[in-house]
This record gives sequence, structure tokens and C-alpha cells, in this order.
Amino acid sequence: MNTTKAIDSTQSSTSRSNLGVWLAGLPLATALWFFLYWHLDDFANAVISVFGLTRDTHLGEAVHFFFFDTPKVFLLLIGVVYIVGVIQTFFSPERTRALLAGKRLGVGNTLAALLGIVTPFCSCSAVPLFIGFLSAGVPLGVTFSFLISAPMVNEIALALLLGLFGWQVAALYLGLGLSVAIVAGLVIGKLRMERHLQDWVRDIHAGNAVPAVGDEMSWDARLRTGLHHVREIVGKVWPYILIGIGVGAAIHGYVPQDFMVSIMGKDAWWSAPGAVVLGIPMYTNAAGIIPIVEALISKGAALGTTLAFMMSVIALSLPEMLILRKVLKLPLIATFVGVVGSGILLVGFIFNTVL
Amino acid sequence: MKNIKVLGTGCANCKTTLKLIEEAAKAKGVEVELEKVEDLPQIMSYGVMSTPGVVVDGKVVHAGGIPPKEAIDSWLGS
Repeated sequence: MNTTKAIDSTQSSTSRSNLGVWLAGLPLATALWFFLYWHLDDFANAVISVFGLTRDTHLGEAVHFFFFDTPKVFLLLIGVVYIVGVIQTFFSPERTRALLAGKRLGVGNTLAALLGIVTPFCSCSAVPLFIGFLSAGVPLGVTFSFLISAPMVNEIALALLLGLFGWQVAALYLGLGLSVAIVAGLVIGKLRMERHLQDWVRDIHAGNAVPAVGDEMSWDARLRTGLHHVREIVGKVWPYILIGIGVGAAIHGYVPQDFMVSIMGKDAWWSAPGAVVLGIPMYTNAAGIIPIVEALISKGAALGTTLAFMMSVIALSLPEMLILRKVLKLPLIATFVGVVGSGILLVGFIFNTVL
Repeated sequence: MKNIKVLGTGCANCKTTLKLIEEAAKAKGVEVELEKVEDLPQIMSYGVMSTPGVVVDGKVVHAGGIPPKEAIDSWLGS
């Protein structure tokens, strides 16, 4: 404890002078961001004219698509990930746990699903987090709401949906993802499944106090953390995005528009359950799945079916079950998959009917 | 001699953390006893919620993410 205190104080004393740099740099960066965002079409047109192409040809259209969508998606990704990265410095897992401890079902589930978006979360920490929450008195159902929402409703998914489909689809995804997390947690809480935790988990009591990172951070450090977050996330997902948009550009205009209608269209009632089941053994992050989603939708797949597929791939995965097996007994895992799967399925049906 | 434990179930960040501490100790010429704890019940007994966690001489000094270089240097002490 003493050591961390010492570091914090030296860090803030050396970095306080840098806050001025941030205050000048951030507005500049924001202005540059908007300037670039407003000139995306000019940029893509300039690129195709350099190649001597026009948008009347298949090739010209494909190249335009690629050079319009790629910078757009990256700009949105950088913007959203930076903002979320700064917000996350206010929500350490320890603080989130303290906010949720002792909360009743209902209010607690809603709060947990919302906190799932802004609490820094790495899927490899899922199990320690799960036990840490339970041992501090966070109810099982509330813990599940957090664990479902955290990976599914994340800044990468939202930034990509925003870039490729517009804010309406991004907002719908946000709302429905939160609803699935809240309702699934409520159901699991009502079922009183505490006895299906592995025995050693129930024996652990609230751990000793761990230094909460982020409580005494300076603004300078928070703004810098946002930048680290951008570097880490964008550094990890850029190949998926490039490949995804590249594939999207290549089939743009070459594959018939109604190619997917008979398989994943609105009238195929079995397509939504099929998509959910298909998504469970598949595991990839949001960055890997969304370009595929875009290709499916542009070729006539129904939006509800496709979003159900995407949620199923991200939220339910076999490797995750194997890790959860260490802390949950089989009936609880089966309930978890069943409840979350049904929730996603419902979302798919609602989307397909309403839109 | 300091005893340093890195707590983590084997994700990429945990391995990186272990390597960074190893390198820092070598660079400073400090002898440390470095351990990697992968057993879940044991990790939980330290009350750490986000991995990797770092324990120096039985005290949790870090949890969640790769620790910054200044932090590692301060654990190794002078």
C-alpha cells in the first residue's frame, strides 16, 4: 500500500505541469478530428481520381467504398475509445463492486449492466471479478448482469456499429444489449442458483482491501490513460477491421443484393434461432464479427437475425464456458446459456418484426 | 531478497508483466524470487479482482493491466 501511494504522489507532481499541454492539445485534436470526418467523401473521391477510376464502374465503387469506410471507422473508433478510456479511469472494478454490494435485484441489475460498459474489463479477468463481486456481497443475479453486459456492450462494438450502420442501429444495440443483461441477471437471481456455485467459491469471504487504482488519479494521468487505451485497442483490432472492410468492398456490387434473403431474410422464421445456435461455439471479439455482419446485411440478411448472431458470438462462447466451469456447476452454466440465449433470440424476433 | 508473485490465469498481459519485472530486476541488478501464481483459489485468496495482480513480500501492490515501469522500479526498491 505504501509503495503505491508513493508512486502516485511522484507521478502527479511531475505531471501537473503537463496539464496545460493537454488543455491546448485536446481542442486542437478535436478540431482536426471533425475536419477529417467532414472531408471523408472528398478524400475517397480524390483517391479514385488518382487511380483514374470513376464511381460508375464496379472497381471504382469498390475502391471508393474502401477508402471512405476505412478512415471513417478508424476515426470513430479512436474518438469513442478515447472517451471511454478516460471515463474508465473513474471506474475501477473495486469501485464498481463497492457500488453494487448489497444492491437489491432490479435496481442492482440495471446499475450493474450500465457499469459493465464503463468498467475496464478484460475477458481473462472474468472469473476473478465474478468471485470478487460475490465475496463482497453483490447478489448472484446482479453479478451476472455485469458479466453479460461487460463484454457484449462495449466501446468497440458501439464505435463500429456507429461507423457502418449509423447511430440508430448503435443505439438499438446498446438498448437491447443492456435489456438482455438486465433481464437475464434478474431471471438468474430469481431462480436462486447460489447452491450451484463450486464449493470453494462459496467459502471465500470478502478479500483484504486491494489498492483501488484510479481514486487519486490526476486529470493529466486520466487523459493520458485514454491515449494508452486507444493505442492498445486500435493496435489490436486494426487488422480485423481492414480485412473486414476489404472483403466488404470486394463483394460490393459483385454479389447479388438478395443473396442472403432466402437464408437469413425476414421471412425465414428459423433463421434467428439458427443464428444464435451457430454463434455459441464461435468466438471472436466485436472487431472481428462486425465487418462480417455488415457484409451479411448488405446482402439482404435481416437486421434482427444478424444482430442476434453478433450478440451470440460475443456474449456466449465455449472457451468462456470452460473457464466458468471452474466456478459454476453445470446446472448454473446451462441456465446461463439458456437465459442469455433466449434473451438474444427474443431481441432477434422483435427486431425482425418491428423493422 | 524480495519475493514477487504475479497473479494471473495465463493471459497475455500476465506473461508480459512477469517478463517486465524480470527484465527490470536484471537491469537494476536486484535479486528477486519471482513466482507465477495461476491457481484460481490462490489468486482469489489475495482479494485481487482484475489480473494480472502483483504481490511483493505478501502485499498486493497492483491489480489490473500491465504495471507502468516506474511502479515496477519502485517495487524493486533501491
